[in-house]
Amino acid sequence: MIENLVKDLQQRFDATKIQFVEGTKQHTIVADASVLVEVSLYLRDSSTYYFDFLANITAVDYFPENRFAVVYHLASLPYQTQLTLRVELPVANRDADNLPEVPSVSAVWRTADWHEREAFDLMGIYFTDHPDLRRILLPDDWEGFPLRKDYQDAEYYHGIPIKGQ
Amino acid sequence: MLEKYNQAYQRYIDKITSVGSTEMVINMGPQHPSTHGVLRLELITDGEIVKDIVPHLGYLHRCFDKHAESMNYGKSIPFTDRLDYLASMNNSHSFVMGVERMLGIEDKLPKRVEYIRVLVCELNRIASHLIAIGTYGIDIGAFTPFLWCFRDREHIMNMLEWASGSRMLYNYIWVGGLFYDLPVGFEERCKDFVKYFKPKLDELDELLTNNEIFIQRTANIGVLPANVAINYGCSGPMLRASGIKWDLRRVDGYSVYPELEFEIPVGKGSMGTLGDCWDRYKVRVDEVRESLKIIEQCIDRLMSDFARLPDFDPRALVPKKVNLKSQSYYVRAENPKGELGFYFETLDKTDIPRRVKARGPSFNNLSVLPELGKGVLIADLIAILGSIDIVLGEVDR
Repeated sequence: MIENLVKDLQQRFDATKIQFVEGTKQHTIVADASVLVEVSLYLRDSSTYYFDFLANITAVDYFPENRFAVVYHLASLPYQTQLTLRVELPVANRDADNLPEVPSVSAVWRTADWHEREAFDLMGIYFTDHPDLRRILLPDDWEGFPLRKDYQDAEYYHGIPIKGQ
Repeated sequence: MLEKYNQAYQRYIDKITSVGSTEMVINMGPQHPSTHGVLRLELITDGEIVKDIVPHLGYLHRCFDKHAESMNYGKSIPFTDRLDYLASMNNSHSFVMGVERMLGIEDKLPKRVEYIRVLVCELNRIASHLIAIGTYGIDIGAFTPFLWCFRDREHIMNMLEWASGSRMLYNYIWVGGLFYDLPVGFEERCKDFVKYFKPKLDELDELLTNNEIFIQRTANIGVLPANVAINYGCSGPMLRASGIKWDLRRVDGYSVYPELEFEIPVGKGSMGTLGDCWDRYKVRVDEVRESLKIIEQCIDRLMSDFARLPDFDPRALVPKKVNLKSQSYYVRAENPKGELGFYFETLDKTDIPRRVKARGPSFNNLSVLPELGKGVLIADLIAILGSIDIVLGEVDR
């Protein structure tokens, strides 16, 4: 299935923007952020693959490299197959004003809504065209993105010391 | 921070501050008993009608991801118990399976270990569903089922405490094996429990399932169509109540589930519409019966083919250090509440993972609430929220 899927995707979209990752335990495809929404829509709607279930979205930090990744875990209920979709996000620096950007797939799978909010909240990935990209687990006035490997704990939160002794 | 990163927050503030003169903003929770934990729902209401729901999470956020990325796999297992603290065994089973598959030892495990794992997981599933059923009754206004459920759940808690030493948070399933073999006499006590519990379940069924008041409160309320359920990533009883036969115990056939006989109950809409609150309740009751079947089969095997041996060591395969190659793996398993997933990204030459992400079923099941709860009465919102059966430990992680 997977070889056909990769070939099919490479024909439909730019072949350089879709890559198959060798040597993984689960089928993994790396897609370029520019074609992510189209690929997602196609994977969801095409009758041969029908990945109608987005299980999970994970953002990964590759510190010390200036690189992030967003990993989408898809499942097809009718075909009982699984697929991992990755988007690599290199960034120039790690400033709070320069978040890595990736298009939101919350219009394709509604699951993505909260998962993307979580990735924004904890890892600082900015999902463009997301309908409601607020912090979800942390307070709205939290500063920084705690799941980043270079995150430094703040000394105080609203005057409350939060660093352990 | 750039302006655009705060736009959504501004939109939210505007929405809350600009409610009309006939509307009212009500905070339900975080200290409201029917939110089943510290969930805060901000409701925009018009009289008794809920016009919009803004859920606020995070009151129980305990940084599972960050925590698991700072220590080795074995040390994270006690924390997985605390994700969905009503189904600790199932959580650690899923986590441990992921690590074992990355190590490549999942086929080498002794059958006795696998059967014990399934046995304790199914016991825990019953305990979790009993809480769901009991507290759901209390949400609707029926007090007796709650007491009955807790009475019977206590037997399970006592048994699992006997096996693991802890009442709720077990740390019993380890990478490559178990903490200990079952205590001597556990199988017999388990048999006694099944014998005791079956009539009690029928009693409970009579009390709630066909209760006219209960049906009035739940049938045709909070109807979740199958396509919406899938689109929102709902899983477990929530998805099955919408008529989709999707159970990872069968789909993935992990552990020894392929060797066991059990049915997958799905919603049928017998009291109203397919996918309403009553269906979700009924699927859980039916699943308890199926779990009992599994438990009976497990005990039979554990007393015959895979009986206790004096030299059996459930820790024989437990690795001293989990040495993994750099790889990534997503493991999923059927929790009482749905698909519990763990995503691992590991690093070479260290037993501390780069990234661990827990995908809690409650988190996804809850995300459909704003969709389900639009335009319903406040009292019905309680019925809908109760039927989703969330555990905040897993929503917030």
